[in-house]
Amino acid sequence: MSATTTISRMSPAPEPKAPTGRRNNRDKPQKWGSHVTYFIALLFVGVCIAPVLYIVLGGFRTNSQITTDPAALPRPWVVGNYIDILKSTVFWGEFANSLIVAITSTAGIVALGLMVSFVIARYDFKLKGAMYSLFAAGLMFPMVIAITPLYLVIKDLGLVDNLLGVIIPQIAFGLPTTVIILVPFLRAIPNEIEEAAAIDGMSRLGFFFRMVVPLSLPGVVTVGILGFVGSWNNYLLPLYVLNSQANYTLPLGVQVFSSQYSTDTAKVLAFTSLAMLPALIFFSIFEKRIVGGLTGAVKG
Amino acid sequence: MSDTLGTDTADGRQSQGTPGAGDAATSVPPAPPRAAAHRRGRARMRLEIAVLSAPAIITFLAFVIFPVALAAYYGFYQWKGYGEPTDWVGLNNYKLILTDPAFHDVLWHNGLILVLSLVIQGPLAIVLALLLNQKIRGRSTIRVLIFVPYIISEVIVGTGWSLMLQSNGAGNDLLHRIGLGSLEADWIADPDLAIWTLMAIITWKYIGFAVILMLAGLQSIPDEIFEAAQIDGASYWQIQRRITLPLLGPTIRIWAFLSIIGSLQLFDLVYIIWGQYVSGTAGTSTMAIYMLAQGRNAGNYGYGSAVAVVMFVISLIVALIYQRFVLRRDLRGAVTEGTV
Repeated sequence: MSATTTISRMSPAPEPKAPTGRRNNRDKPQKWGSHVTYFIALLFVGVCIAPVLYIVLGGFRTNSQITTDPAALPRPWVVGNYIDILKSTVFWGEFANSLIVAITSTAGIVALGLMVSFVIARYDFKLKGAMYSLFAAGLMFPMVIAITPLYLVIKDLGLVDNLLGVIIPQIAFGLPTTVIILVPFLRAIPNEIEEAAAIDGMSRLGFFFRMVVPLSLPGVVTVGILGFVGSWNNYLLPLYVLNSQANYTLPLGVQVFSSQYSTDTAKVLAFTSLAMLPALIFFSIFEKRIVGGLTGAVKG
Repeated sequence: MSDTLGTDTADGRQSQGTPGAGDAATSVPPAPPRAAAHRRGRARMRLEIAVLSAPAIITFLAFVIFPVALAAYYGFYQWKGYGEPTDWVGLNNYKLILTDPAFHDVLWHNGLILVLSLVIQGPLAIVLALLLNQKIRGRSTIRVLIFVPYIISEVIVGTGWSLMLQSNGAGNDLLHRIGLGSLEADWIADPDLAIWTLMAIITWKYIGFAVILMLAGLQSIPDEIFEAAQIDGASYWQIQRRITLPLLGPTIRIWAFLSIIGSLQLFDLVYIIWGQYVSGTAGTSTMAIYMLAQGRNAGNYGYGSAVAVVMFVISLIVALIYQRFVLRRDLRGAVTEGTV
């Protein structure tokens, strides 16, 4: 590597070859660091992952193993804890609730967010700036601050202990981020496309559904993922709104389960592992999008 | 169409051909024969705006803005959460909050968490991002793995960590095994240690997010700038200090803003770990925990609402100061003009 990069630095002539050499150039001056780099990177990854592994592996142990050797590997591996949880209707009920809440919230966030972002991005009217500012300011109203009165509003609407009481506020609180991310995406759609669609006789709403939605898909996916993960992990709102176990979502279920079975650590760890699995799977599928979306959000 | 108008600002409405900017529309009146169609177009446009934006705006106003306003209202009453609030106490709730030593404690905790988050996570994330920005094997895998703690919910993180950090948990066992048995401690219940335990967990949970943001920021810096600096003979550290850090500025400032707001709102982690496994909160209680304890748990919704308002005002003041003095350049136009 050093040979090729040196050449490319020494002779600026073969410019066309630049694309392959570009990134290498940046690493060159600290080439000495590569072993140190790997070591630190691995250490960092280890620190990030170890607690998660502890939870997952802990589920494969027995309570006596955990008591006698808290930091050991499972010996022997037992799958009973996981099987018990997978057979329990409580877990699957909470899983289903989480899924319903997350999917509905995400759909709502995307649909309402896309509609209002389209208006802000591509219509001209007096209140446009105010509308954008309203949602931008909403970033400063995190759910924690509004939770007490929000609970009272939900109570007045008769939505306490109802999944809708979680879904609707989640949509509302998801909108600011959605608008902030989607508006630049929608604005970036070239006017020529809209004009061509208009010439072909497409109405503005037709343009919205047939052109805007597909073209802003990367932004929509990003927003959808953020909404889904946020909803899946939300704890505060379910804590306030849901009070019968049949309606619990997984985060609430984990907390209740771990206090109910506080002496059965292995089972708590198994329950916890299974509860984090969906988010991890979802994340690993959409990892590129999440990271890309965050980049977009920061640039915005 | 853009040919006939000869401008790109046309917002593409086919029937009336109004130029994009509202101001321009008045200065360039449409041709007389088109006036009727123009008016029809405007009415239709208004309808579309209303239909498309109403659901979001109504939901947002009803479930975000209205509750905040309601908190301001209930905060003036000594209200138990049912019926109409009648017991007007004026600013009394606020006086009680501001003079309550318990509130001073939680305020101090939030402030400490805020400062420590910035001081610990920021430099660490920048250094790690610089390291990971090199072309090393498995870089994308590493990026996925360091993001895992951020993706897992606070409840799961809290449950796992509290099990590990109990006095007879895996943390102490590990210390014992590697010969550091003298360092064993009651990480969660010891009031002197608890806040540092919390900081360690916060750092673990959110550092990946910071690193990923910084990496994204680094990758948006054009390579040509580094190449130019290298050609000019700048050393590695000179490049980092003079070029990378300044160009990473917007990313750092936005991250810091998110971190500050997050620190002021901290609830889930503390509530899960200390609310569940330790009686009392062992010196880690935050404003949000105080709000829950005083409001909902004690049945005094008026007081709880007042605490919410205090939290909101503190967040707002911090955010405004931050925007005024730090974020001004990055956000100029983003919020005020709606151009991102």
